[in-house]
Amino acid sequence: MKTLFIALKIFLFFTVLTGIVYPLLVSGMAQAAFPEKANGSIIIKDGKAIGSELIGQKFDSTNYFIGRPSAVSYNPLPSGGSNYGLTNATLKKLVAGRKQQFIAFNQLDSLTEIPSEMLFASASGLDPHISPKAALLQVDRVVKARNLNPGQKEKLTRYIHSESDLPKFGLFGQSRINVLLLNIELDKLSSKYADNK
Amino acid sequence: MTIQDIIQVLLFFALLIGLTPILGNFMSKVFAGERHFMLPVFGWLEKLIYKFIGIAPNEEANWKSYTFGLLLFNLIGFIFVFLIQLFQTYLPFNPAHLPNVTWHSAFNTSVSFVTNTNWQGYAGETTMSYFVQMIGLTVQNFVSAATGMAVLLALIRGLSRKTTDKLGNFWTDITRIILYVLLPLSILFAIVLVGQGVVQNFKPYEEVQTLQGALQVIPMGPAASQIAIKQLGTNGGGFFNANSAHPFENPTPFSNFLEMLFILLIPASLTFTYGKMVGSTRQGWTIFTAMLILLIVGLGISLYAEYSSNPIFGNLPLMEGKETRFGITNSVLWSTVTTAASNGSVNAMHESLSPLAGMVTIINILLGEVIFGGVGAGLYGMVIFIILTVFIAGLMVGRTPEYLGKKIEAFEVQMAIIAILAPSFVILLFTAWASVSNLGLSSLNNAGPHGFSEILYAFSSAAGNNGSAFAGLNANTPFYNLTTGLGMIIGRFGIIIPVLAIAGKMAGKKITPPSAGTFHTDNGLFIGLLIAVILIVGGLTFFPALSLGPIIEHLLMNSGTTF
Repeated sequence: MKTLFIALKIFLFFTVLTGIVYPLLVSGMAQAAFPEKANGSIIIKDGKAIGSELIGQKFDSTNYFIGRPSAVSYNPLPSGGSNYGLTNATLKKLVAGRKQQFIAFNQLDSLTEIPSEMLFASASGLDPHISPKAALLQVDRVVKARNLNPGQKEKLTRYIHSESDLPKFGLFGQSRINVLLLNIELDKLSSKYADNK
Repeated sequence: MTIQDIIQVLLFFALLIGLTPILGNFMSKVFAGERHFMLPVFGWLEKLIYKFIGIAPNEEANWKSYTFGLLLFNLIGFIFVFLIQLFQTYLPFNPAHLPNVTWHSAFNTSVSFVTNTNWQGYAGETTMSYFVQMIGLTVQNFVSAATGMAVLLALIRGLSRKTTDKLGNFWTDITRIILYVLLPLSILFAIVLVGQGVVQNFKPYEEVQTLQGALQVIPMGPAASQIAIKQLGTNGGGFFNANSAHPFENPTPFSNFLEMLFILLIPASLTFTYGKMVGSTRQGWTIFTAMLILLIVGLGISLYAEYSSNPIFGNLPLMEGKETRFGITNSVLWSTVTTAASNGSVNAMHESLSPLAGMVTIINILLGEVIFGGVGAGLYGMVIFIILTVFIAGLMVGRTPEYLGKKIEAFEVQMAIIAILAPSFVILLFTAWASVSNLGLSSLNNAGPHGFSEILYAFSSAAGNNGSAFAGLNANTPFYNLTTGLGMIIGRFGIIIPVLAIAGKMAGKKITPPSAGTFHTDNGLFIGLLIAVILIVGGLTFFPALSLGPIIEHLLMNSGTTF
């Protein structure tokens, strides 16, 4: 009986310490030091939240760069992957279909090598990145859809290169570009187009 | 693999080896109650706790009382976490208005977090309120880790003391572990994670209008504080469904590197603590080396499998279930690390790994979670294998087996065998049942041998207290919630109780000084023997099951077969 009371009291104590004090303490420090990041790296445009820098969005319009295939269609509730094994016939079919679709959508040569992240679904279903190569393959299509002039196209290509070069990330990780940020940049570049819309 | 990939892997292991003696030394001071630099920071709190709960911190218990206290404490945790899930709609901090959790899911989750497994049949962002995540789950992340470390500590005392029946004070042990090791590291780590982009707030889910004009609801919550301890305490239960593949849990390659390092940091450092406390750091490094070898061999096989071409996808890099920012190498490294340690967090979907890489993750778990393993749990599991190795070596040369000067007798070997067989029994029995009944088969996401692997993985993960999954399996059914729940209990306490019994028995023995005929347990020969025993026991028990799953799948994949 004595042990029971000790166990109950210490459980209560650690519940308060690690379940209430600790998260509140971390929240306080985080909100003071990195308020934007602690609140989800939300991007605000004209006073409205248009997304999070870290969470990918679904793009299927010819006017935008397309992100990776997503098993949850970029709906974060809940996140997740396809969980297909490599010997799953559905996966094989999906990959072949995505390849054809990417080629047709971007009017590429049928022998073009498509970066594999554009053929396989991500783990979270919310992957915000694609490889710079996958972005560059889409430039011509976007330029055509938006009627951009060669100067704007040049700027766009330069942006992709400057944002995805490895040294930007130091030693870690893969060369990559954030699709949402790229598309926001694109909207800015062709703001005339956006106004007409 | 690029040069950059190789540098990252080497840096990872270099840091792990370098940090082991530093943290290990610090923990040995904390555990022994010696002076250390955290005392001025939290010493007052420690005294306050003892006063509040009314114990004398130095009053020690025998193995039975120690075990009783531990079990009671865990039972209270179980009941509490179970109840708050059942009634979360009536509790505060539920901005997304999530409904009450079903009884079987609540049972499973509660067992899962109390046993340091953190198997998740549910999706965090659509199931659990902030209240449950913090006051239920985050707390268990701490106390279940502390429980595992306390058991190790009791075992160390049993091995290093002589002719006593005292193993220490469970309350003092967990208090010190949490206050001086887990909590300071978690606070530090959580802040670094927020700096990388992990969310930490109590706001309602954010509704945004996407560039294309659609509505996207982005979940929020106190994630960083939970993720820090989830990595450090080999818990592994994600705040969000995609776990550390979710950009809010693991936003950058740098956060990924740290989270990966923190999976192994404490389990690895504990080998040094162990050596220090049993009086020979060489003994600790011997165990560390055996673990490291097993880890690196597994990693090698995994990387080979993932970078090989196959007839189904040709030379296409296998990015299914992986994130662009991590790429293949960092996904594979994480998958081997998280299964070697019984962490179970993932940054890529294990289900979509190539068959051999998937097999390595299962084998890491099946070998008993002793390749660094869970905090405390990995090392006491390894000591079980050491006892078995010493026993077998003793039989071969015809001498009474000894370890650290203590005679190994029938009782210890019996207990060691129970600890090894209990989880194996659960894995094979439940896998067999699920494979032939509609209850088990109706949850599958993949056909063919891969489907069998889903089931095998589920019960291995439960009994091994790992918590990762071939996540296509719909495990949120009464059948899987109850069977994996039972598996987790047996896999946890079916080892803890025999280990504490061994500790109690060992504490009462004399220590014989080493002589010319002593069998050394701190050299290369012993490392070889230990690894051989682990592989033989694991191989004999699980080879048939593995050949029905990943092995045959690998062969079929190479002939281009799909299902």
